[in-house]
Amino acid sequence: MFGYIISRLLQAIPILILVSLIAFGIIYLIPGDAAVVIGGPSATPEELAQIRQNLGLDQPLYIQILTFYIHLFQGDLGRSLTLGIPVVDALLARSPITIGIAIYSLVLTILIGLGTGMLAALNHNRWIDQAATLFALLGVSLPNFWLALVMIVLFSVHLGWLPTGGYVPFTTDPVGWLRSATLPAVALALMQAGLLTRITRSTMLEVLNQDYIRTARAKGLPEWIVVGRHALANVMMPIVTMIGLVLSVLLSGSIVIETIFGVPGIGSLLGSAISNRDYPMIQGGLLFVTTALLLLNIVIDLLYTSLDPRIRVRGR
Amino acid sequence: MTDIIHEPSRLALALDTTRYWLRRLAANKSFLLGAILFGSICLVTVLAPLITSVDPNALSVRNRFKPPSEVYLFGTDNLGRDMLSRVLNGARLSLGIGFAVVILNAVFGVLLGAIAGYYRRLDDLLMRIADALMAFPAVLLAIGIAAALGPSAATAIIALAVVYIPRTARVVRASILVARELDYVQAARAAGARDGRILWHHIMPNCMAPLIVQLSFVFAYAVLSEAVLSFLGLSAPPTVPSWGVLIAEGRTYLREAAWLTVIPGIAIATTVLGLNLLGDGLRDVLDPRMKVEQ
Repeated sequence: MFGYIISRLLQAIPILILVSLIAFGIIYLIPGDAAVVIGGPSATPEELAQIRQNLGLDQPLYIQILTFYIHLFQGDLGRSLTLGIPVVDALLARSPITIGIAIYSLVLTILIGLGTGMLAALNHNRWIDQAATLFALLGVSLPNFWLALVMIVLFSVHLGWLPTGGYVPFTTDPVGWLRSATLPAVALALMQAGLLTRITRSTMLEVLNQDYIRTARAKGLPEWIVVGRHALANVMMPIVTMIGLVLSVLLSGSIVIETIFGVPGIGSLLGSAISNRDYPMIQGGLLFVTTALLLLNIVIDLLYTSLDPRIRVRGR
Repeated sequence: MTDIIHEPSRLALALDTTRYWLRRLAANKSFLLGAILFGSICLVTVLAPLITSVDPNALSVRNRFKPPSEVYLFGTDNLGRDMLSRVLNGARLSLGIGFAVVILNAVFGVLLGAIAGYYRRLDDLLMRIADALMAFPAVLLAIGIAAALGPSAATAIIALAVVYIPRTARVVRASILVARELDYVQAARAAGARDGRILWHHIMPNCMAPLIVQLSFVFAYAVLSEAVLSFLGLSAPPTVPSWGVLIAEGRTYLREAAWLTVIPGIAIATTVLGLNLLGDGLRDVLDPRMKVEQ
């Protein structure tokens, strides 16, 4: 197992190097002089020179890359142009909020996706199945930021059940947090829940046709044990592998969703970095989120390996 | 002489094959429904000038915030602009960008997939780059690229193409890896056929099914992601309103004029739903191995 962990980590290194190089290269996509774009049309030559110096743009390319990696190894992603603080500090300060909502959303995704998918499979070709399939299709087809706005109109403006926006920290008021985080979490969850419904449904249908399920039924086990214990264990496997993808989409979506609901997480931080052309923050955010996801995927892989005995044998 | 006998029969064969696939596709409920939904959206988009001649940017301060009615089918916005005209004109941009992303995916996805899958020399390098690009959350990378390039329709197309081409290239590569080992491909190689001929005539037909399926989903993702980009102000300028821009503009008046937000969203959802159904149907018929559901 230890060897497997090491090899997975080693495999991630070239990807991480390329990912950081792509994030570094973003600033070179700026058409024309990056300093002029960042400083705006009213910037004086001195200000432009200052921007170039701050971003290292006055150095030859290889020095810039070298400096970038030296800073990266020291955990330095540069300094935000608008906030004036190190990018890493800003990202770390905001991440608990985004992680909290992401976990909430992930739980909702799994509950809704697993529940609907199982219901559909157990009622194969009946109206429940068709309704679940329609729900899954709508889930993957509706833009989540639009859904967020529609939910604000419905649940906040008309029904008055939940706040239209704002954020209450969990530590000061858990109930307030739940109220403020519910709409963003649901808006983020529905698309992924649609995807998970489809996968759960198809896996469940496959599993229900297996011999060991027939055996379990033949020996007279109640249906809830057949489904809950025997079938569910195998349905869970593809879902564990999906978690990485689900989180990746959740974090992408958080830029718009956090901006809409005024949640002060990484998403809204990047949202305002985009409108302020705060490139160090955009680069740092991209790199931070992607690295976190890569590491998380390794953890999921390891989890998967330890959960499924078949892979464990092959992994040796 | 042989040519004269050969050509019509080849044409007849092609027609037969087309008819066979069309019959199978028409029998697939998902494909049919998707084709109807997406087809209607495309038709309405193309016929937009015949449906409404109102300038999408024509201001009419007296007619601000008119809810949907017989006169204004989709209502009017905060500046009295006709939403029907704006949504229809927005469709051109949203679908146009989606279509451009699909074309770029088809060209570069096939090209890079073929280089990696057939020649293998660059396989490792290309696939590692693809892995790295795919490690980024898709929309996040598109946002990053678009933020650097500056807002325009071309920016949205480039950003979305960069995000989705590695995914398409992977699909093409995987099919080529299987096809290149087939007996008749080996036979063609042994007979001295050139690489280009082998790739184009013998291998590519085997990759078409997964490619078409992939492209239909890329179209759906591109329309959705373009909406996110334009919502964030990273796509075309607001003078040519795409659906995402319309939703962003409507957001300010959510309380008093919800239709400004709801209608463009329904347009996006209908398009993406149609494309997803189309893709599902295509996959079930053309490439049953990729089938996810039973």
